[in-house]
Amino acid sequence: MNREIWITGIGLVTSQGEGREAHWAALTGGAKPAVDAAGFAPFPVHPLPPLTLDTQIPRKGDQRQMEPWQRLGTYAAGLAIDDAGARGLVSDMHLVVAAGGGERDIGVDEAIASELAELPEDRAAPLLNQRLANGLRPTLFLAQLSNLLAGNISIVHGVTGSSRTFMGEESAAADALRIAHARLAEGRGEIALVGGALVAQRWDMVLLYAPGGGLLQGGFAPVSTRDGGGAVMGGMAAFLVLEHAEHARARGARGIAKLAGVASDASRRAAAGDSAAAARALLAKLPVADAPLGVMSGETGAAPATAEEEAFLAGLPNATVRRAGSVIGHGIEAGFPTQVALGAIALDQGGFYPPLDPADTLSSATPRQVLVTGFGIFRGEALALLEPVAPEDRA
Amino acid sequence: MKDHLGRPLVAVTGIGMVTPLGWGVERSWQRLLAGESGIRRIGRFPTAQLRTTIAGTVDLPEETEGGSTAISSPERVERMAAFAIAEAVAEAGLGAEGDFPGVLMLGMPPVEHEWPQRFALARAAGSGRYVDQVRAATGHRDLYETFLFGGVGERLAARFGTKGAPISMTTACATGATAIQTAVEAIQRGETDAAIAVGADGSVQPEALIRFSLLSALSARNEDPTAAARPFEKTRDGFVMSEGAAALVLESLASARARGAAVIGLVAGCGERADSFHRTRSNPDGAAIIGAIRNALSDAGVAPADVGYVNGHGTGTPENDKMEAFGMRAVFGEAPPPISSIKSMIGHTLSAAGAIEAAASLLSIRDQVLPPTINHVEPDPSITLDVVPNVKRQVSGLRHVLSNSFGFGGQNVCLLLSAAPEA
Repeated sequence: MNREIWITGIGLVTSQGEGREAHWAALTGGAKPAVDAAGFAPFPVHPLPPLTLDTQIPRKGDQRQMEPWQRLGTYAAGLAIDDAGARGLVSDMHLVVAAGGGERDIGVDEAIASELAELPEDRAAPLLNQRLANGLRPTLFLAQLSNLLAGNISIVHGVTGSSRTFMGEESAAADALRIAHARLAEGRGEIALVGGALVAQRWDMVLLYAPGGGLLQGGFAPVSTRDGGGAVMGGMAAFLVLEHAEHARARGARGIAKLAGVASDASRRAAAGDSAAAARALLAKLPVADAPLGVMSGETGAAPATAEEEAFLAGLPNATVRRAGSVIGHGIEAGFPTQVALGAIALDQGGFYPPLDPADTLSSATPRQVLVTGFGIFRGEALALLEPVAPEDRA
Repeated sequence: MKDHLGRPLVAVTGIGMVTPLGWGVERSWQRLLAGESGIRRIGRFPTAQLRTTIAGTVDLPEETEGGSTAISSPERVERMAAFAIAEAVAEAGLGAEGDFPGVLMLGMPPVEHEWPQRFALARAAGSGRYVDQVRAATGHRDLYETFLFGGVGERLAARFGTKGAPISMTTACATGATAIQTAVEAIQRGETDAAIAVGADGSVQPEALIRFSLLSALSARNEDPTAAARPFEKTRDGFVMSEGAAALVLESLASARARGAAVIGLVAGCGERADSFHRTRSNPDGAAIIGAIRNALSDAGVAPADVGYVNGHGTGTPENDKMEAFGMRAVFGEAPPPISSIKSMIGHTLSAAGAIEAAASLLSIRDQVLPPTINHVEPDPSITLDVVPNVKRQVSGLRHVLSNSFGFGGQNVCLLLSAAPEA
């Protein structure tokens, strides 16, 4: 079975704002990147806008059980459900979340490391037990657990059809979308919620990613001009409501875009060109039409993934390429769903974004299809293909 | 070769296992059947000041008794998973060395820098502050690749030559079952003819232990470690943290038969249902647990009366066992099948539990024997189930086994394991 699957709801938050209209307006209106250059220097990050959490997480008790990452994701998931008009469908809605790690208590970590790091191990170990037992808040464990973003989405929004959490940075998000799409396409359920979130303004995230050499240091620059200098983490969250087209039509819901296919792989990247070749093989699996193609490139600015992506894009000489990472940064687990959301928004608007990066195609032809690319900083190649829904299904 | 929904039947042709009772399927399985406990005092780190001082640790072959915290959770996960996969692939005899013709689905815990890494960075930086540790960590690519969420899966995929992007996943205590379900679905969809599903956990380190302890989830029956895990028993006081791994080689029954492989059993059905009630407790109405069991049965096309045995989630927390018994009664009525918990012997292997218990369920079908629930001294009057107390039970005609996995965060997955149809 290969049923038609639509995106019927988008919950999108980036440093450029919140929601479909705000992102279309910002990215077609000459948006400048919002950059926090000082807070995590030498690593610039894109900050999140303030969120009106009470609108999506009404109970303060629920908000207290989470830290910013889970709140952000739960908030964006709620935006997506509202956008789809699907509040009444949550009990049978399936959920796939691409998750990173939740926040550590930075204060506790720094205090313990400062006090105990230099002590001999036999003295440090019992003190560590004591400091952790007294210093850790029980609720923070739940706020830290990766699968509890999905857990909170179930609790706050009532999404209970099923719940899976994928881990593995960029790849996790691409596979979350691929599997959510495949399950609906084969008839395992009618509606699903899929996405991820990243809070970039976190020292624990900087400490995880910086040693890999994948983060830009120093002044901000567009992704194509960084010469592999690294990604700028961008706070963002994107959740998509995927729905079987007939199910959406039957309840009078409009489609924002059709998700025509998702393909993923993980090249070992043993030699230059392997990653680009893997992506080219994925492209052959997707129903790309002989028609104007737009590309929402997830290009990060990190080496060698960015060079591989450029090599892949060079094989699409007629496509109109937009590197939105130059405005919103890189969202790790939230990156791929965010780029898919931006592609769907453009198709729904019947247009495309102007150049967002100096390397972007100058043409502004309206695409018939939008290809979304994702080349993970460490591993993972992924593509998604979007098409407009028929005019009568948009309303 | 198709199931009642027209999907390819999914066969298990290889099993691998590591538990606190030993490395390897037969060693672990024979000791489980013998009712031995793998729970002991923690020797990996000093336990002064801790409320719980026992666990089911797995020592790596080169470690001395108890091991040390020098080996981090992701390294333990990778080592145990690699062992279990190698054992399962060898039994299945599928593919060539380092060239497995299918996907990898990995259930594992979230991983992060641990205190040995933090202390080392703080010493190098001369400061405990994150900003200074970041500077000290510059260029430490090993640190990055070890603690990336995708790192373990990438290394296992490279070693075994699995195809496509490996998927790592976590659904708390249901993780291993989720990995199996995701693999089964990929075969049913025709995306792949074969898959490795593995669940692994190696989280017995101070902070993880303390965090579970702060949630009041752990048994504090430290004085007699082997008696601490008491699923379904009246005096149960929590679960015992543990470690291990299990891997299944899954393939379509058609391709297994075509290559003449011995079929251990089928994963005939998978069911899931999330709970929206609370972060660590299930809804008193039991709807999610009951829904997950019923979904597994209907996915398999098996009636409740045909289930001959349940390998329970049975953690030994007062809450879980009460709710699981409630769910059993709701689904199976007045004549529920026997249910036992191997967590009574090996503790709660967390992300590995769903995979280890699915493997044990298949071994029960293979050997027609039910592992016991040990430490069953005083029955809980509110749990009127046959828990196969203390001693294994030889059976005959066992064809369908239900394996339950219920996670924190309300993520519930049930698997229905079945005997292979006559060739």
